[in-house]
Amino acid sequence: MHHSIEIDNLKFSYPDGHTALNGVSLHIEPCEKVALVGPNGAGKSTLILHLTGILEGQSGALRVAGLPVTKPNFGKVRARVGLVFQNPDDQLFSPTVFEDVAFGPMYQGLEMDQVRQRVEEALGVVHMSDYASRVSHHLSMGEKKRISIATVLSMKPEVLILDEPTAGLDPRARRSLIHLLDDLDITMLVSTHDMRMVRELFPRMVIMDEGRIVADGSTQTLMNDEVLLNAHGLEKP
Amino acid sequence: MHVHFLDPYRSGHSTIHQLDARIKFVLAVAFIFITALTPIAAWPVYILLFALAISVEVLSELGVGFVLRRAVLALPFILAALPVIFTIAGPALFSLSIGPWTLTATIPGIERFVSIALKSWISVQVAIVLATSTPFPDLLVAMRAVHVPRLLVAIFGLMWRYLFVFADEALRLIRARTARSGEADLAGLKAGGSLLWRARIAGGMAGNLFLRAFERSDRIYMAMVARGYDGEVRAAPLPHLRPVDWVILTVALTSLLSLLIFAFLFWG
Repeated sequence: MHHSIEIDNLKFSYPDGHTALNGVSLHIEPCEKVALVGPNGAGKSTLILHLTGILEGQSGALRVAGLPVTKPNFGKVRARVGLVFQNPDDQLFSPTVFEDVAFGPMYQGLEMDQVRQRVEEALGVVHMSDYASRVSHHLSMGEKKRISIATVLSMKPEVLILDEPTAGLDPRARRSLIHLLDDLDITMLVSTHDMRMVRELFPRMVIMDEGRIVADGSTQTLMNDEVLLNAHGLEKP
Repeated sequence: MHVHFLDPYRSGHSTIHQLDARIKFVLAVAFIFITALTPIAAWPVYILLFALAISVEVLSELGVGFVLRRAVLALPFILAALPVIFTIAGPALFSLSIGPWTLTATIPGIERFVSIALKSWISVQVAIVLATSTPFPDLLVAMRAVHVPRLLVAIFGLMWRYLFVFADEALRLIRARTARSGEADLAGLKAGGSLLWRARIAGGMAGNLFLRAFERSDRIYMAMVARGYDGEVRAAPLPHLRPVDWVILTVALTSLLSLLIFAFLFWG
């Protein structure tokens, strides 16, 4: 059995010279749910963009779902990794919900019947089956978040990566999103500032700061180390 | 993760960088006007103007190569002047037959085309030095100082401020599409979809971007109104120009003007 995510000593600097990742190593087992926390600018989003090859590391090794993340593999990696961006307006770029959820399978060249089936399944999982013909632009924030998750579930990914899934949600939408994430039986790496959700949902927590992983362990243990949390701009929930 | 490449400004401490933005703006505009007004085929004057532009480039410490490379931007506009080769009457040089049409290039036509090309190329260089050596907010101040309508200056300012936000949004949209552009493991499937389908997706993205820009403009306006905006743009008073700035301005304007008079006397 392969690791779902294997990152070894990954380094990356932006063209302006700012070092965003300074030797990151992280291994995540299949079906493990891991929270990625840390202050703004710690390198969380940069790390996530590497996992689908949108950014390419200058050194270090990266394997996702058993595949090395290298240029010839980008297509296959992107089919196996469902990356949900923070802002659903970026994620939902098609006029209707159906077209957006169908984008991944259509891009892969599946038959129209299969595409329809995938869309129905994905919308069913996020409890939005009646929304297929709706216009993405008119949905509420919570609805957009759910549809965003459906747009990657329709690709049947092995790994789900979410950037700030609960940002900007009202308590009810947040609650229902947490239930949804709890129900999904899939490898999950979630970058977030929502420490209450971390405590509730993720057995394992990884803290990043200044381009490094500064702590990686059980959420219960790390949450009790207030000195560590404070040192990296985090709060105990 | 932001788009920075759109901002042409390069910081520096050269003489040109330190010159007051108002002086730079007025002189650059004057230079471009005078270049435009110089008669056709006044080659020695073009050389003088080019020498001036090069001197400014050297003084600005940006590197002549850098400015010349950017000046390639002028090329597409020069192409628009191509028809003058064939439309000006005069001694014929050669003829081209394209289907039923015959195009005859004339010597005055070619002279005019080369003049236009040189003038645009020299003018663009000066504009590039201006934009590269002056922070944009200072340019806005300069525009206000020469009484460009305030509303227009305010629109330029907002455009500048949100151009980057807009470019970032476009970048994030493209990333979200890339992240979902995968290849299935099943054999025999061709990833990518049809050209028409991809065009429709791109259209959807453009529409999405337009709607968000539109909504954002509404929110910005409301944020302005909430802080007392009443349609009248107010601005802080401008700092005074130093005497040395006035001297530079007068000397430079006089030289440019005499160059133009000289051009008209001999080639006008």
